Amino acid sequence: MARKKKEMPDLNGAGMSDISFLLLCFFLMTSSMDQSMGIHRVLPPIPPEDQKVPENQIKGHNVLQVLVDGQDRLSVNARITDLNDLKEAAKEFILNPNNDPSKSSKKEEDIPGVGMYPVSEAVISLQNVRSTSYEAYLRVQNELTKAYNELRDEAAREIFGRKFADLNETQRDAITKIYKQRISESPPKDTRKNRK
Amino acid sequence: MAKFTGKKGKKLAGFSTASMGDIVFILLFFFMVTTTMRESEVKVRTDVPKASEVAKLDRKDLTVYINIGPPIASEQARYGTDTRIQLNDSFKTVDDIRNFIAAFREGLDEKDRPYMTTALKIDKETKMGVVSDVKEELRRCQALKIMYNALKSE
Repeated sequence: MARKKKEMPDLNGAGMSDISFLLLCFFLMTSSMDQSMGIHRVLPPIPPEDQKVPENQIKGHNVLQVLVDGQDRLSVNARITDLNDLKEAAKEFILNPNNDPSKSSKKEEDIPGVGMYPVSEAVISLQNVRSTSYEAYLRVQNELTKAYNELRDEAAREIFGRKFADLNETQRDAITKIYKQRISESPPKDTRKNRK
Repeated sequence: MAKFTGKKGKKLAGFSTASMGDIVFILLFFFMVTTTMRESEVKVRTDVPKASEVAKLDRKDLTVYINIGPPIASEQARYGTDTRIQLNDSFKTVDDIRNFIAAFREGLDEKDRPYMTTALKIDKETKMGVVSDVKEELRRCQALKIMYNALKSE
């Protein structure tokens, strides 16, 4: 007897939505939503032991001394300063619009894509003590970052006529070369040093 | 007899999908119970400060996290309220950072290693002494790219 061809049973699609909801729930739960954001810094490498570090490599007038003490007070060049004034003080120190000899000097440098440009030799020396609170420290870091970001923005507008964020990669590199973040941090005096 | 002729021409019964939802829910519960999410078990309070000039972290897979802060309430009975450093899931000291960083670096691709970033999630009431020790240790480990975790203000 010739067998009748069996029909394929229909697969019920009602469960599909369940499965997709399940997957949705799973990924919702496992993915962490918090976006990590923060202030980026590059630490200076430790110099080799046998290398002699020339102490006065940077001239005194090129250094802006920023100190956050144990009571979270901020002083700039040994004068107590309000946090709100720090950004302007840093910008003025780096820019030095009146060529004040007590502030940072400039050196003509060849910037690719821009040409010769007076680049400030300013270094900001940020110091703290062991009992400074992290919050105060980061607020100061934030203000200094803001100072550099605003300087870069101004330079970008002046040279390329656009905001720093809208520049292309090579233009951005050029601006970063002009205003390189030079924040030097020496560890607090009593930091453990001689551990191997 | 009629009883034995009934098989002829019978269609295959479509199977019931009514229980599929139940199975799916069992699976869901199974995964909910068994998955442990990485970085989820934070044992220190890391109430990070606010900052306006924050930038995003571009490569999450190249990031190693160090949490610093006072132990959370449920751990204080065992560990006190002093600032602690948490690496992975346990409290560690500054000296353990070296091995921790080395192990993480080992797990990375050769070409990605220079881009490794250390994200420091530090409670805002922490004293800079601990932070400086950690930073010095990171310098010794050649883990120079760091990020201070902060919340975006404004």
